[in-house]
Amino acid sequence: MHLVIIGNGITGVTAAITARRLAPDARITLVAAESAHHYSRPALMYLYLGHLRYADVKPYEDWFWAENRLELVHAEATGVDTAARTVQLATGQALTYDNLLLATGSVVRTAGWPGQQPSGVQGFYGLPDLEKMSQATQGIRQAVVVGGGLIGVELAEMLHSRGIGVTWLVREPRYWQSVLPPEESALLEAHIRSHGIELRLSTELREILGDEQGRVRAVVTTTDQELPTEWVGLATGVQPNLALARAAGLETDLGILVNELLETSAPGAYAAGDCAQHRQPAPGEVAVEQLWYTGRMQGETVAHTICGQPTPYRRGQWFNSAKFFNLEYQTYGRVPAQPAADTASFCWQHPTRPHLLRINFRRADHVVTGVNALGLRQRQDVWERWLGEQTPIGVVLAQLAAANFDAEFSRQHEPAIRREFARQFPDIAVPKPRRKGLFGAW
Amino acid sequence: MNDLSIPTLALAQPPPAATHPGEKPALAAVALGLLALVAATADADAGRARLSLYLALALLSGGALGWAWLTFGRPAAGWHPHDLWRRSSTSRGAVAWATGVALTGFYVVLYWFPWLLENLIRALDPASQGLRHRAADQWFLYGTFYTLAVLVLGVRALWKYRFSRYHLARTASVMFFQLGFGFLLPGLLLALQRPEYYFTYFWPLKYDYLFPGTVSQLLHGGGLGVFMVFWGVVMSFVATPVLTYFFGKRWYCAWVCGCGGLAETAGDAYRHLSDKSRQAWRWEVRLIYPILGLITLLTALLWLGASGLVPALGVVTGPLGQFYGFVIGSVFSGVVGVGFYPLMGSRVWCRFGCPMAAYLGLLQKHFSRFRISTNGGQCISCGNCSNACEMGIDVKQYAQRGEPIVRAACVGCGLCATACPRGVLNLENGPREGRLAGSTFIHADSLRIL
Repeated sequence: MHLVIIGNGITGVTAAITARRLAPDARITLVAAESAHHYSRPALMYLYLGHLRYADVKPYEDWFWAENRLELVHAEATGVDTAARTVQLATGQALTYDNLLLATGSVVRTAGWPGQQPSGVQGFYGLPDLEKMSQATQGIRQAVVVGGGLIGVELAEMLHSRGIGVTWLVREPRYWQSVLPPEESALLEAHIRSHGIELRLSTELREILGDEQGRVRAVVTTTDQELPTEWVGLATGVQPNLALARAAGLETDLGILVNELLETSAPGAYAAGDCAQHRQPAPGEVAVEQLWYTGRMQGETVAHTICGQPTPYRRGQWFNSAKFFNLEYQTYGRVPAQPAADTASFCWQHPTRPHLLRINFRRADHVVTGVNALGLRQRQDVWERWLGEQTPIGVVLAQLAAANFDAEFSRQHEPAIRREFARQFPDIAVPKPRRKGLFGAW
Repeated sequence: MNDLSIPTLALAQPPPAATHPGEKPALAAVALGLLALVAATADADAGRARLSLYLALALLSGGALGWAWLTFGRPAAGWHPHDLWRRSSTSRGAVAWATGVALTGFYVVLYWFPWLLENLIRALDPASQGLRHRAADQWFLYGTFYTLAVLVLGVRALWKYRFSRYHLARTASVMFFQLGFGFLLPGLLLALQRPEYYFTYFWPLKYDYLFPGTVSQLLHGGGLGVFMVFWGVVMSFVATPVLTYFFGKRWYCAWVCGCGGLAETAGDAYRHLSDKSRQAWRWEVRLIYPILGLITLLTALLWLGASGLVPALGVVTGPLGQFYGFVIGSVFSGVVGVGFYPLMGSRVWCRFGCPMAAYLGLLQKHFSRFRISTNGGQCISCGNCSNACEMGIDVKQYAQRGEPIVRAACVGCGLCATACPRGVLNLENGPREGRLAGSTFIHADSLRIL
């Protein structure tokens, strides 16, 4: 069996490694245009910050690929003939395959603002973007970031580290409004502003202005302000990279359409990760998932199917994490920005320090449905168990220390959290906390 | 094949201009302090040399503290090692090489050409008389510098890591043990006409403490000497396994040991320079376990010789002891161990050479509750944990597979957990059952990582 994988991001590489484990004799080829070796895309910002070198963000040393007989082809795939089962490379070479996995990832989405052309205006997704940004931001004093998501905060932190003034335009009235409840947004807004970032909410980009040399000189906002700037970062999202899938004649919509086995419309061709769109996503789940974790899980799942163990993609309990300047965020289960009518939401915040814990639970039977943690580390396997076993909030709060993943000697907030819960929900009983085994240590 | 032109990113970028104006005077004070130190070394006039030395120590300490305050104490607390791999001093640049050569040179002079430091040593006589009731020697000079480095740069570490109570506690601990047990107490013992004894160094690191010669000498020294022998034996063979069982080797390497103390304070800026490659790991196991074997063998042979059972063992133990003392005791632990900080990281000695670390590591790997837990499937393979590891462990190889980190080398400094931007790592003393079990969120692949 020859498995050809297009894309060496987390999805393609996880599929390759899983396939090597499941099919020791298979020939596996990874084709990628962006880089010779797999690198960690979420780590790009640390290269700019100078925390790491390029070699440090490669999850595997270079010997790994040859020793595990994973063939690497550093070239762009320009076409696929799904009938003849061949992949055309830009080098003129062609690869024949038995199974093909498209893990082509995303491309930066831009809204097509007038004046988007001047130099010094860019998105941030891959190595070429990083290179471009490093050069364009050298020695500048003022930059504008557009878009209130996770890439936006990365860009703000990167620019801030070089002493560059950042004005950050966010369309929504509060930060990451589509995902976070109001208290989380407020805490993050204050934290971001405390670093000197000028965060402008309810403000959109209207126009980008260039100078005679074709360099960006200012942006105009929807609040009719002209902000002088030397660089503009567009962080308004990404969309599936469909170039190759379209060239191959696969069925696409927003992404490459796949069934629950991650099969595309052509036999022997699969798609997974950012570029895939589920024809029938499970209830409450999105059709296009663009996360590192979901990419890894889809890559692992599709490798099973390709290696003769058909496995439908089931994501399991939702989880995600991020870091906003110094503030860490973790979430397990579902915590929507607005809780449903049948869901109660308990939120604790430290009076002076940036710590927040929110637990959602069903009003009827008190079963917990999700948790948000800011400035606190929570243990995933414990939350997975509580969520899976439909644990009531009282039991969760009594045992909350079992989910504490903060470093040793950290201040423990569980008693304060329980006191606050008793204040907010006096009718719900919390059993006496277990004394033993809280940390699994003694 | 090249990965585009990416390697340029690391070095082509100039450091940011945003340095505090006060940093220049602070660093100038450090430079003047070094100059005053040279002046003291060259000055045969005892009074002037003393004045130069005290001026040098004041300028060095004051300048370093001022710089540390501006760099770490004043800015917002948090883990942000910006431009770590771009600064010449921390990325094996010209400044790092100059620092390395200077440190190495100092050790060479200290060990083999101490007379070159005579004026400096004499300048410390009043301090030595005050503490130890005897004239200073090169080791008192060394101990003074060493302790000062741990204390001053310990304050830097306290400012830098003030957001983490774990780091505050362990930094305060190494500062306390170095000052109290590595400097004051041995001096006090000398003042009281007792054997100079370091209660925080044990066999096989302080190998001669269990050599028959030292033991019999101590045993003749009355009740305190007997206690010292008892302490040495108990610490090496009872306390070490017991404490390592409960806490891992960190109880010693990152909380008590003087070498570790220097690494965690003066060496903190160089921790990321430890080589994470598989090749480096192979050298680690090739060196550290044979060294442990060698010192164990030497100790056994010495006792065998002392017992009189095998005659004329001195022909073997004499040269072997000299070889070990020179190559391991002096060259490796001193010259290379500290001199190479700016090029190979702060734990060169601890990682490749220390027999105590080897012994503690074997206990940690096989008979301990300690592990670094991985939090489910949250790892993003960013590499910050591996970068922060001073012992050269490629931590992310475990984290991205969802496996706990159980490695002989780990000294439990906790920086991987601090550097992790997703809250994936945590140092824990859990039960031994399931200590090696991976997370169910990632189906750890069976491919080799070492």
